[in-house]
Amino acid sequence: MPVNLPFRPRRDALPTDLWTQCPSCGEMLYHKQLEKNLRVCTRCNHHFRLRASDRLALILDPDTWEERDADLVSVDVLGFVDTKAYPDRLTAAQATTGARDAAVRGVGRIGGQPVSVCVMDFAFMGGSMGAVVGEKVTRAAEDARTERIPLIVVSASGGARMQEGTLALMQLARTCAELARLAGDGVPYISLMTDPTTGGVFASFAALGDVNIAEPGSLIGFAGSRVAAGTTGETLPEGFQRAEFLFRHGFVDRVVPRHELRDELVTLLRYLRPVERPTIVGVAEAVVTGDPLVEVAADRRNGRGPA
Amino acid sequence: MTDQLATTEAPSASPQASAGPPQIPPGPPPAPPVDRAELRARVWARVQLARNVRRPHTLELLGLMADDVVELHGDRTFGDDAAIVGGFATIEGQRIVFIGHQKGAEVEENIRRNFGMPHPEGYRKAMRLMALAERLGLPVVTFVDTPGASPDAASEERGQAEAIARSIMTMTALRVPVVTVITGEGGSGGALAVAVGDVVLALENAIYSVISPEGCASILWRTPEAAQDAAVAMRLTAADQLELGVVDEVIGEPEGGAHTDPEATARALREVIARHLAALVPQHADALLAARHDRYRRMGTVASAGPVRRPRRERKGVADRLRDLLVPGRRESAGQGSTTTETASDDVESTNAADAPLHEEG
Repeated sequence: MPVNLPFRPRRDALPTDLWTQCPSCGEMLYHKQLEKNLRVCTRCNHHFRLRASDRLALILDPDTWEERDADLVSVDVLGFVDTKAYPDRLTAAQATTGARDAAVRGVGRIGGQPVSVCVMDFAFMGGSMGAVVGEKVTRAAEDARTERIPLIVVSASGGARMQEGTLALMQLARTCAELARLAGDGVPYISLMTDPTTGGVFASFAALGDVNIAEPGSLIGFAGSRVAAGTTGETLPEGFQRAEFLFRHGFVDRVVPRHELRDELVTLLRYLRPVERPTIVGVAEAVVTGDPLVEVAADRRNGRGPA
Repeated sequence: MTDQLATTEAPSASPQASAGPPQIPPGPPPAPPVDRAELRARVWARVQLARNVRRPHTLELLGLMADDVVELHGDRTFGDDAAIVGGFATIEGQRIVFIGHQKGAEVEENIRRNFGMPHPEGYRKAMRLMALAERLGLPVVTFVDTPGASPDAASEERGQAEAIARSIMTMTALRVPVVTVITGEGGSGGALAVAVGDVVLALENAIYSVISPEGCASILWRTPEAAQDAAVAMRLTAADQLELGVVDEVIGEPEGGAHTDPEATARALREVIARHLAALVPQHADALLAARHDRYRRMGTVASAGPVRRPRRERKGVADRLRDLLVPGRRESAGQGSTTTETASDDVESTNAADAPLHEEG
């Protein structure tokens, strides 16, 4: 039986539960200090990944978060087994992360402005998108549309969840369909891409924000960079598939450091307000009844107007 | 796993459970015991048929089943992608706009067409043609046959993901009928970008998957050798996709595969496409859009695990940490016992770092 000592040997002088090594510059960072610095390396500015709850705490006004659909869990429709059965992988991921799946969604406020938010969690099976993630993004967009509040989706995902096969692929269509309705109804959408945003998530809702924001240094790409290099045998450009690469090529509006993220969102939301636009039917009713259009818009906002 | 091949209608939509048993419900009842090796061989034979270079592709099929085919070129922004073709055609008297992936019949053409793997300009050409179809009130018929969207660096620079995402979104809101046929390989997002339809058909030996079997195998089995196992696990055959409700109808192929008798394949295809167009064209655009939206809204089954309990998470002080070290077994007993959520430990970062990002392939 091993002897448990209150000391650690000298070579383990930096116990892993107190210190984290920055993967970018190698600096040893004291946990508490790292947390205080919003999990950004104090030396090289490397942005560590955030869990969904930390992200929400970062961007939302305190005590405004109201989670919705927290009960949703994945179903193994295919009976998928690789080296491990899918339900076992789910259970393991739930145990290690404390989350039920790779996204949380709900409503809250940012700078007083109500918003519908969905945040992905990379810690849960690589943030992969199956039916639950697709459902949460879709419902977040639906609520944004019916409550006429802006939508914010924070992506952190390796792509579609292979264990759900083409049904995972269909989540691309499902989420995009709802975004089309949202845009058609004049409700704005901010996409925040964090490390990493790749595959089917980037190739659906993440790429389609009215405003696209990315965190510095995030890996954002369609195909895995090894795939890109392997298939074509070409040398990849400097900083390939990083946030700054996307910015340079015109697919990201702003690369925003974490310390400025909340203020940036507050400012953007001053502009990204849903339009109060009466429908044609609404206008016709207003003309017939002599109602001022303002009331039509209000009805519509309250769900009484034409869909 | 069934492997039925006749032309069959899909079962009604997959159930959308909103309230269900707590915990992860089991999948479908276990299939009757099958010979694994035999099943693997049968599925893999279909993968190879779907990829057969002699399989008729979009332009060949149209040449055999449509009149007055006029191909249109260019995305009006960057260039003309040879991996996606599109234009006007007439099928049994019905004028349509067609869009499809195009592979080559031999090496030289295949290189020119990038083996049917589109660049962003291919999808932007497709979107431009969809917009044209909408303006002219013509239904759209798409033919899907690609290993995936091109994964090269230039495509990333030009926004491959954005092009695919926008093409998908455009199709969900297109105010004309859309009929889609998976004719060969339905390779992930690169296929779906032109495969969102009111009706999705598949040829008998077509396959449809979220990632190539080889890609799936190298990620989950850590060796591409397991591609055949991955093909079985993903249930990528047309018959499986029909059962899952992703495909609405499977069209039979001649004995030995479509390439053995392209004329017969095209004839069968024309008949089914014409039947669906005849049913869709008279419908009002609003009704079409609502039904198409519902079709995709239903896809994906989720369950409820009941309300979440949220115990307050306490941070361990130095004294507790020391006690953890000194008292054997104490650490294990702490923070366990709840099978629901919130058993999270504070040091998850180490497990995160070990998780390689699960990239999809184009």
